Amino acid sequence: MNSALGLHIIQFILLVLAQVAIFNNINFLGYINPYIYIIFIFLFPIKDNRLILLLVSFLLGMTIDTFLDSGGVHAASSVLLAYSRPVLLKFSFGMLYEHQSVKFNNLEIGSLISYVAVGTLIHHLMLFSLEIFNISGIWLILKKTLFSSIFTTIVAILIIILFSQNRK
Amino acid sequence: MQQIINFVIRNKTFLLFLLLFGISLALTIQSHSYHRSRFINSANAVTGGIYGTINSVDQYFSLKQENELLIEENKRLKEVLFNSKESLATGTKDSILDGKKYRITSAEVYKNSYSLTNNYLTLNKGNKDGIKRDFGVIHPKGIIGIIDNTSNGYSTVLSILNKKSRINAKLKATNHFGSLTWNGASPDIMQLIDVSKFAPVKVGDTIVSGGQSAIFPKGIQIGTVENFTTDVGGDTYTIDVRLFNDMTNIGKVYIIENTDREEIKQLEDKLNE
Repeated sequence: MNSALGLHIIQFILLVLAQVAIFNNINFLGYINPYIYIIFIFLFPIKDNRLILLLVSFLLGMTIDTFLDSGGVHAASSVLLAYSRPVLLKFSFGMLYEHQSVKFNNLEIGSLISYVAVGTLIHHLMLFSLEIFNISGIWLILKKTLFSSIFTTIVAILIIILFSQNRK
Repeated sequence: MQQIINFVIRNKTFLLFLLLFGISLALTIQSHSYHRSRFINSANAVTGGIYGTINSVDQYFSLKQENELLIEENKRLKEVLFNSKESLATGTKDSILDGKKYRITSAEVYKNSYSLTNNYLTLNKGNKDGIKRDFGVIHPKGIIGIIDNTSNGYSTVLSILNKKSRINAKLKATNHFGSLTWNGASPDIMQLIDVSKFAPVKVGDTIVSGGQSAIFPKGIQIGTVENFTTDVGGDTYTIDVRLFNDMTNIGKVYIIENTDREEIKQLEDKLNE
């Protein structure tokens, strides 16, 4: 239990540092950045308490907000993603989730992609809506959501696959 | 009572979600309103320290560009110096020491962003260097922004690439002024709005700071006129300004303190009373 907790803390810190030091500075085509820190919410153990997940997600989003000076934008979208996670899991893994036997180390790639992609889309739509915060910017919101989601999904899946291989 | 407790226990996840989501929404809305400073900002010891570590590695990659920028600025300053009517020798010492209106501090940019709609920078100077809120921040090639929050060792800057930023600017040739704003589209182009229709605007004209705000001195170069349109009402021009400086690549900046600012502010407050 303690080693698992330690692993989570290290994962949390590494993801925040990677996000702040590397992924916020990519600015592909001027404005597209992947927000890979949400991997933490995707990979949070399913059996653990949902209340803890909500609190940790809030803390994660707040940390990113502090670095980016963005108010509470990331915190709000992270909490939303954490709250909607069971629905996503049911949608992507179906029976496997019902039996509480989803393990993120060895998954079918198709279900993993749909899980990460839909989750990212929800998170990014909330993120950019709050960031732009203006109905007249709806096209900008949709454009940013689409492009950033594609980028985040690709990078996130690559990272998940890369690190789950090592753990086996 | 029993039922209320049962309800809370049954819906505890949803209620916690509502609580946390509400807090974040409140913080977001607060950050979108200009006149209040934010609780949560990157001018603190932890984030400042981490950005400092990142920057100490990162700065080596731009040393050459920084050097070229400095040489260019030195060249320009020397030209001004050698071509000025009074030579150095006749300039009296007293006027330099006592009549100093602007105090300048150099600072290093620890964090810069330009891809969001509300961008902020983090600098490595703070309260202990005498930096306060509403000081101006400039770059050899143009304006960067205005100091927003300060901590002991760090400060955040409201970038000109921020929808909340409004900076007084004018045409270089005449005194027709307007407000420099940003529509969030491109980090090279900004909008100068509310320029009088009587102003003789031409594509390629230079835009400089207006000096009416007590934050920036008059005449700092900002950019050139890219194109201009008449406003919906038909009384004012909206001018697209192409910036001289590349906001995506900033290493060192200068913080400007107007020593007369308090006096000007007091005077203006008297008007409002």
